[in-house]
Amino acid sequence: MPRRRARVRSLLAVIGGLTLATACNSSVDTRAEDPATAGTPAYGDTFIQASIGDIGGLIPSLTSDQSSHEVGGLIYDGLIKLDKDLNMAPAMAESWTYSPDCLDLTFKLRKDVKWHDGHPFTADDVVFTYQTMINPKTPAPFKEGFLLVKDVQAPDPYTVRVRYDKPYARAVETWGTYILPKHLLQSFADAGTLRESPQNSRPIGTGPYRFQEWKPGEKVVLTANPDYFEGRPYLSRIVYRVIPSQATIFLELKAQGVDYVSTLTGMQYSRQTEYPAFRKAYNKFRYPASDYTFLGFNLKDPRFADRRVREAFAHAINKQELIDGVRLGLAREANGPIRPGTWAYTEKVEHYDYDPEKAKALLAEAGWKDRDGDGVVEDKDGKPFTLTIRTNQGNDERKKIAEITQQRLKEVGINADIQLIEWAAFIKEFVKPRRFEVVVLGLGTGTDPDQFVVWHSSQRGPDQMNRTGYANPEVDALLEAGRSSCVQSERVRSYHRIQEILAHDLPMIFLYFRDALPVVASRIHGVSPAPAGILYNFDEWYVPKTQQRYTSG
Amino acid sequence: MAGPAPRGEIRVFWRTFSRNQLAVGGGVVVLILVTLAVLAPVLAPWDPNRPDTKKILNAPSRSHWLGTDPLGRDVLSRVLYGSRVSLAVGFVSVGIAAAIGVLLGAAAGYHGGMVDNIVMRLVDLMLVFPRFFLLLAVLAFLKPSIWTIMTVIGLTGWMGVARLVRAEFLTLREREFVIWSESVGAGALRIIFRHILPNAVAPILVAMTLGIPAAILTEAGLSFLGLGVQPPYATWGNILNDGRDYIEIAWWLTLYPGLAILVTVLSYNLVGEGIRDALDPRLRQSRVGRVVRLGR
Amino acid sequence: MALFALRRLLLSIPLLIGITFVSYVVISLAPGGPLDFLTPEDPNASPEVTERLIKEFGLDRPIHVQYWEWLKRAVRLDFGRSFLPDGRPVLVKIGERLPVTLFLNLIEMAIIVGLAVPIGVLSATRQHSLYDKITTMFVFVGFATPDFWLALLLMILFGVQLGWLPISGLRSLNWEYLSFWQQQWDFFSHLILPIVVATFGGLAGFSRYMRQSMLEVVRQDYVQTARAKGLSERTVISKHALRNALLPVVTILALALPGLIGGSVIIESIFAIPGMGQLMVQSVFSRDYPVVMGNLVIVATLTLVANLVADITYGLVDPRIRFGGRRGRR
Repeated sequence: MPRRRARVRSLLAVIGGLTLATACNSSVDTRAEDPATAGTPAYGDTFIQASIGDIGGLIPSLTSDQSSHEVGGLIYDGLIKLDKDLNMAPAMAESWTYSPDCLDLTFKLRKDVKWHDGHPFTADDVVFTYQTMINPKTPAPFKEGFLLVKDVQAPDPYTVRVRYDKPYARAVETWGTYILPKHLLQSFADAGTLRESPQNSRPIGTGPYRFQEWKPGEKVVLTANPDYFEGRPYLSRIVYRVIPSQATIFLELKAQGVDYVSTLTGMQYSRQTEYPAFRKAYNKFRYPASDYTFLGFNLKDPRFADRRVREAFAHAINKQELIDGVRLGLAREANGPIRPGTWAYTEKVEHYDYDPEKAKALLAEAGWKDRDGDGVVEDKDGKPFTLTIRTNQGNDERKKIAEITQQRLKEVGINADIQLIEWAAFIKEFVKPRRFEVVVLGLGTGTDPDQFVVWHSSQRGPDQMNRTGYANPEVDALLEAGRSSCVQSERVRSYHRIQEILAHDLPMIFLYFRDALPVVASRIHGVSPAPAGILYNFDEWYVPKTQQRYTSG
Repeated sequence: MAGPAPRGEIRVFWRTFSRNQLAVGGGVVVLILVTLAVLAPVLAPWDPNRPDTKKILNAPSRSHWLGTDPLGRDVLSRVLYGSRVSLAVGFVSVGIAAAIGVLLGAAAGYHGGMVDNIVMRLVDLMLVFPRFFLLLAVLAFLKPSIWTIMTVIGLTGWMGVARLVRAEFLTLREREFVIWSESVGAGALRIIFRHILPNAVAPILVAMTLGIPAAILTEAGLSFLGLGVQPPYATWGNILNDGRDYIEIAWWLTLYPGLAILVTVLSYNLVGEGIRDALDPRLRQSRVGRVVRLGR
Repeated sequence: MALFALRRLLLSIPLLIGITFVSYVVISLAPGGPLDFLTPEDPNASPEVTERLIKEFGLDRPIHVQYWEWLKRAVRLDFGRSFLPDGRPVLVKIGERLPVTLFLNLIEMAIIVGLAVPIGVLSATRQHSLYDKITTMFVFVGFATPDFWLALLLMILFGVQLGWLPISGLRSLNWEYLSFWQQQWDFFSHLILPIVVATFGGLAGFSRYMRQSMLEVVRQDYVQTARAKGLSERTVISKHALRNALLPVVTILALALPGLIGGSVIIESIFAIPGMGQLMVQSVFSRDYPVVMGNLVIVATLTLVANLVADITYGLVDPRIRFGGRRGRR
């Protein structure tokens, strides 16, 4: 019975989570559920979540903002999903197989899935989704995975066969995306008017929650789907409240107006939520998130073309100080772009300690000395080493990183000033045309270690992601090899080597992978942190009857 | 021919002004603030821009009288240095606004007709433009820095002065003595400077003094939204912004800069009001006096 | 008089066009464009979408052509659809926000005027008294207090520590489940903090202006005459002085009208109120040109109308002022 298996799975998750937690040196706050004292699962109650931006629309395939993807993730489903350990697990597909040459991927679909309007879900919907995504009239931001597909066929209503020209490592992952209803959207997709379709304001999906209401700028309301193929979710109603200010969201949390916040800041977690009333009303969790923050060099700048200068920067900066100052210790040092704890990660790479003397020595080697005693190093022509650290406005962490880095650079003789630029202008005027010297930015690593778009030399164009302008033929070859295999043990070797090379070449200084610090109301049971976070088993969360707070919908 | 304010009038003004306790109090505070701002580098006990991650958000203590900020920097030093920015912004942006206002107002008032029309349309345009939109758009263009802030505030605040100056011109133009001077052949500039402007000085001065606190508040608001001076430089608005998220665990970050703004703005307003009150009756009297003197 | 109104109306049209043209140019030239949000900073985003969207939004054509296209449709009150992925018509988006902002601002205005007039008048009639001094200080403190500071302080005190008032939004989540009267109270209680913060600052300027105006009027000859005629002080003040002192107030009200419609960005953002100010800021930041322009046109038009109304009222009320002639000898 699905419930029992889920319970056992969650018990294992608890143990796994605790082990992982202690292994990673985290605080004791990873309070996971002890099944013995949890109340009995019951249906009902409303779950209130704050959202900092209004959703951009209700067809998440067309949007890029996080809010619409969170909401969309509950309304729609994909063929696969990620389980708690970040492995692929069945969702609307029961199983899938690869052909030995990694070119054919066949999914066997479940037969008991229905759209929210009762219409049965079949392979036709999958084919339709694929065709819509690759249709040039569809303004979808994330098409890449689909463009690599050669074709998609539905030999019978519950089988989908996908064919690729070349082996594509992320193939299965691509099919975790939102499947769209063919019977409702065919005409709109053909005409390119998806954004104006009723689906964009009253969506029909196959997910665990059904759409109920959207009051733009105020809230989105979802209700449990009683016919969900994995069983009806316990929490009956979900409300996303749009609260555009982080400060207000936090205040609402303290006033118990929201039940969940996806992450607190380091300061909030350690200093502002430690009082008894809060600890009684909420549980705090901590697990490593998959985005990292970095200090990126523009490798076209002749000063940074010299590796010794980049290494000097690495020694001038104290990463632990950054973690302490910016995240209050709630992050882990990064030495490469792959998240610690995942299968492709290795820590056997070069590390650079905080060593200002070494930094000065390296700079001197590269020709930068303080020739006139003013505290700033100059090159042989007497030109001082000055630069501007740029990052976007509105991000407190990056601003603090810039400020601390500025101070540390000053101590080794580099004169930096800081520019915070509004996001749109920042991207358009500085990042895309590579008109910067040093930037503080972040990157999300996703679940697959393939980072072709960030490190390959072919990706250095203005609209592409290789922002530093890095080009290394050995890395290029490794990226291509890693991508074109579907066998994990083969890929691991490529990725280990890539991390070694990147740590040596230092196109950017990897600073840290932050910890995600979610908070959930204590009346909600079933939460257990795992590498995938805490939301992976959202439809199993429940509130015992006696603790339910809002009348169920 | 009457020239700029004769000595007797200054004495009258001073007497009226000094009777106003609030205004005098305000004036004293303003002087203290200016002194503190000028002497900030000498008075500040710590480097205002130097982070120290071991002292994050420390409460006020003997070594840090006003506590420390989220990066461990001394709040007292930052407030002192911040006062320099506030004062500079106050004076310079109001200076810019007044200069533009006087020029345009004079042009409109003196020439009348087409010029007047254009200027008044421009004033309407500026007044109708939602101010924030303008600030946002301009700040998106330019590098946010102290100069752009000052210019932008100045550029969006000249309308009041322009109207005032224009109004003065319109009323005074009609006065006989101007017509008399014209008929004697005095040049336009001479008329403007020797007759019209001196009478306009009073309201302009009041407008400027009252404009300074408004500029300081605007700058604080902009810094609070993160659109102000670049880090790490401190302004009162951005200290408030830095402390905004920690208000319940670090009250000193909110209280002290907020108080500083309050006290400064209050003092300037009181002084400005005092000046206005002291000038008003005097102004009325002297106008009548002038007409009489010119021998009707 | 009618001629005056007509002339002003006609003059307003080129003004409106001027405003919209300048705005369109300014926002278009501002670095960054709407596409920087639709094709995000993410390794998985696809670059060819950009071209598609550029064509769809007409961004490949020169600015004056874009503006002309916009103008042609705007005249028919068709402001197009938002560039954001929700693609909803601009008028709908504005229509959702405008009533909230208007409502809030009108209440605020009413409170400010309602309080400022008596405070100002009393201050003027009892100039230099203790009352005058105290109110002066109070009002000035109000003006000098940064509104965002006050907002945060009040939210912490009343919302979190005392728990008496809600701190964000316009309605509680269980609003639909409340009785009618509970609903009214709920809505009202959400408005209390934002209104208090907004009026606190505005009160200062207004009552000061009232006081000033009253002071000037009281010195006038006709007031002395009224006194000399033996009328009670009360009648003198309320019948003769007040009416004239209120005239400048009308001008100030008119000048404050654009703010009324525009909405206060800071207050709306701190209290999570979905109003016009927020919409404007968000659309500028995401370069959502259709919404920015629509917003601007509405605000500008309403403002011009408000100015016109103010001027006409002023003229009607004060027979001494006659517009259009500079030679009025008096």
